[in-house]
Amino acid sequence: MNSLRIIHYIGASSDKKASLNKPFKTVLFGFAFSPTLKTNVLETSRIAHFFGAKLLLLHVGEKTEEKERQIHEILSYVEHKDLEISIEWKVGSPDEVLVNACQNSGIDLLILGALQHENLYQFYVGSIARKLTRNVCCSVLLLIRPSEERVPCKHVVVNGLEDEDTPFAISNAFYVSHALGAKQLTIVEEIRQREVAVSIEDDKSLKKATIAKERLKNREDSRIRKVLKSIPEEFFKNLKIKTQSIFGERGYSIGHYAEVVRADLLVMNAPKKSGILDRIFPHDIEYILSDLPTDLLIVRKKN
Amino acid sequence: MTPKTNHTNQFIKDLPKNFFSGFVVSLIALPLGLGLAIASDAPPISGIIAAIVGGTVVALLGGSNVTITGPGNGLVIVLLGAITTLGAGDLYQGYLFTLAAIVISGILMLLLGFLKMGRLADFFPASAIEGMLAAIGWGIFAKQFHIMIGHNNEHGSIVKLLVQIPNGLLDLFQHATTEELVASGIGFLSLLIMIFYSKIRNPYFQLIPAPMWILILSIGFSYSFGWLNLPFPMDSSYLINIPENVLSNLAFPDFSKILQKEFIVSVFAITLIASIESLLSIKAVDKLDSQSRRSNVNKDLKALGLATSLSGLVGGLNVVTVIARSSVNVNNGATNRSANFFHASFLVIFILLFQDQLKRIPLAALAAILVYTGYKLATPKTFRKIAKIGKEQIVIFLTTLIVTLFTNLITGITVGILATLVIHMFINKSAFLFLTNIFKPNVLLFQEHEEKSYYISVKYFCSFLNFYKLKNKLDAVPEDQNVIVDFSMCSFVDHTVMEGLENYLDTFAKKGGSIELIGLDKHSTDSKHPFAIRKILPMETLRPIEKYFTRRQTNLRDTAAEYGWSYQAKKSTKTYFLSNFIFFKSREIGYLYNRLFDEKENCNVFDVEFTEGAFVAKEVVKTTVMHIALPKQLPIFSLDREGLLERIYKLAGFKDIPIENYPDFNRRFFLSGEKTVEIQNLFHNELIIFLESNPYYHIESNGHSLFILKKERLLSVQEIKAMIYFGQQLQKLLKYSLQD
Repeated sequence: MNSLRIIHYIGASSDKKASLNKPFKTVLFGFAFSPTLKTNVLETSRIAHFFGAKLLLLHVGEKTEEKERQIHEILSYVEHKDLEISIEWKVGSPDEVLVNACQNSGIDLLILGALQHENLYQFYVGSIARKLTRNVCCSVLLLIRPSEERVPCKHVVVNGLEDEDTPFAISNAFYVSHALGAKQLTIVEEIRQREVAVSIEDDKSLKKATIAKERLKNREDSRIRKVLKSIPEEFFKNLKIKTQSIFGERGYSIGHYAEVVRADLLVMNAPKKSGILDRIFPHDIEYILSDLPTDLLIVRKKN
Repeated sequence: MTPKTNHTNQFIKDLPKNFFSGFVVSLIALPLGLGLAIASDAPPISGIIAAIVGGTVVALLGGSNVTITGPGNGLVIVLLGAITTLGAGDLYQGYLFTLAAIVISGILMLLLGFLKMGRLADFFPASAIEGMLAAIGWGIFAKQFHIMIGHNNEHGSIVKLLVQIPNGLLDLFQHATTEELVASGIGFLSLLIMIFYSKIRNPYFQLIPAPMWILILSIGFSYSFGWLNLPFPMDSSYLINIPENVLSNLAFPDFSKILQKEFIVSVFAITLIASIESLLSIKAVDKLDSQSRRSNVNKDLKALGLATSLSGLVGGLNVVTVIARSSVNVNNGATNRSANFFHASFLVIFILLFQDQLKRIPLAALAAILVYTGYKLATPKTFRKIAKIGKEQIVIFLTTLIVTLFTNLITGITVGILATLVIHMFINKSAFLFLTNIFKPNVLLFQEHEEKSYYISVKYFCSFLNFYKLKNKLDAVPEDQNVIVDFSMCSFVDHTVMEGLENYLDTFAKKGGSIELIGLDKHSTDSKHPFAIRKILPMETLRPIEKYFTRRQTNLRDTAAEYGWSYQAKKSTKTYFLSNFIFFKSREIGYLYNRLFDEKENCNVFDVEFTEGAFVAKEVVKTTVMHIALPKQLPIFSLDREGLLERIYKLAGFKDIPIENYPDFNRRFFLSGEKTVEIQNLFHNELIIFLESNPYYHIESNGHSLFILKKERLLSVQEIKAMIYFGQQLQKLLKYSLQD
């Protein structure tokens, strides 16, 4: 039973001790020589340390002595000296190089710096971060506010929508909350108007809809409870768990919620598909990507 | 007893009341129906047919409760336009073509109902609609004024007719015929009755509505000539024209122009105006309903569509929901749709029994009723009301009004909408805000765990463009619940939204719930009007915020008065008394505002703005807190829900302090501080029971005062009251334990 539970939790790992189960063993950060480089490197190294992972820094571009000197100088500021860091240099188009690197180097987590609000142009053309989010084979962590000094992660919000990937996302959220020492984890169930199935037109239908909503809420709660049963108990320690039903547009409203409760990290399922139509009529994760409320972890099962 | 028979019993019990109000309404509906039809250049009987068909069909199939349906004011201008253009000179032929347009517009309304387009009216800015209604009012006024003074043959555009009014009056004094003089005499007298009717407070006189008085008096006037054996001084062209036998003289629509552009435009205009007028009226009548029921607008729209088509097929005008007759209906005690049915039945009786009498009604008398109605739609008061809300609203209003007067209703309302959009973009100096966010779902609704109150957060902007999203969410909340609408993430809120929310506020208050708007305190406005546009200004810190009170601030002031406390809206940067609380160790306090304070007990409740983090990670947070100064020293402690803010207190050297014999308390609360024993002594039985049995608050002591925090957001006035109560009780208990 116990081992079953663990396999469910991290999917592929065969490690027996739950506390050592690390879904993210190798972390990749693609860096560019921008003014925020130092901040980004310090933040990613900190995250890699909390996850107990190897950090792979990848630069897309020519390797020069000047650049090399610069990155090594920055690395000397890293607080956690025992962290395993390797640097790679590759030439090519950034998104392709990164996608291939994730595939070939067995990366579990890709960390990207993102703009908090994308502008219209970027929204339609698609920035590198968004492209990568769709195309890579591993989980992606988008950081909106990297910081040189540690800003504690207090509140994590995870989606709890009815989907085959959700238990995986929730278990990852538990792991991350535990690793980062978060105090509260909120599992958000998005209830869509469509599911309520009663259109509110008068007092009678309002009553019906309210009852239907209550029922849905209970159904969702019990579904989440089932998911929670498969989480190792030690992850519950020092963590306040809350479930919250919200009514709004799927995928979008959870971002709004995270913003309202001022969460520090939002954990979501990876998007299923993304065609040109989805781009024109954005939905689910598209909304959040275009208007990032917090740091965002997109959890994807590795094939 | 099943609920079903219960309903039936109630229905039968209420029948006499509805019978009576239906009768009273029919007394107004008769003159108005005749008048509105004449004003549209249609045969007078067509208005009555619309009321009869409408009253019957909508009473049977409608989704509203106390509305009255029949020919409407708003349609007059559109129908008049349709009859004139489609008839190309021949009014009767134009009327037959228009009947076809009415039939088709009825089908379109039916479709709108099936498509659940009851939301349609939500997409029009409030001031543009006001402008359109004023234009309709002027249109009716301009045409009917001439008929009222006996000039039956004035034609032309609204503006032309308005300009001719002084000439018409002059003409009347200089070379009027006897007939014109008699007609204008009746007209002015009727107008005086309309104006002074409400001033005469005689219960017997008030039994009969003013329009009916006008009919009775003018018919009596006509009969008096017969009794005196004198010739009646007006020929049939000054009297209304009703066919000998109504049933055998019905007109039928002529569909031969159905594919022409003018016809299609007319259908479109009729459908649009009829739907908007009906939807607005239904909403307005719901507010009057003594049982505060919510109408099913889509069902009503379907019924109205069907009624319109049927009415058109037998020669009647459009059927719309009409506000004036509906309010008379409510005032006379109507409780259900049967009143509408009775109103229709009485009209049938009037038409069949009093044909001879009806034929004696002078046109001038009916015109006077319409002149008054038209004037009511565009009184100087309307202008003042809108001007008060803000400069931009009067611009939108006048633009719509003037464009409608010079062109037509459709162009007018379109220009009004565009003007509103441009003004909004201009005010925000950004088209970007609207363009990028218009399709984004900007409203989030969830039910908060502890209090079970609903919380709605609105992002980006909220204007007539996307108000329906907020409305959808508000509609889904039962009206006996408490709702908090937070606009702090929303940078622009327009007049249509503020006015719309006011309606919700009323409905919720009526049914025992409440809506509170928060997060608007930092939005600037152009006027003090509660419905004024609100937007966040980049320079807002320079402005004194107490200048433009939000509703919340007004309520806070009232609350202060209620408690005998003082209230200060002004921003104050004297926040040093907060800085030695651990909570604020890592947070930088900007300023406090909206301060409620009790000098005697040294209690303070205020909103405070602070920042967390710095530089890129900086976040501005506004929250409501309570501060209580205590007379004696007490140990420094913090009481928190298990673990939430634990980290910073650990950093401050605090440790967890268990209270003996209270495992439940220890499990639920995280009490920490340095001086274990003193703190344990402070938390006596009563205090612990008090804390366990009350909602959770974060409490902190800095040695001589207390700091209480509920949530990291602004609180609604209700929540503030609860917090004050909690704080006062806590203060009492602590004083008690400090004395020991």
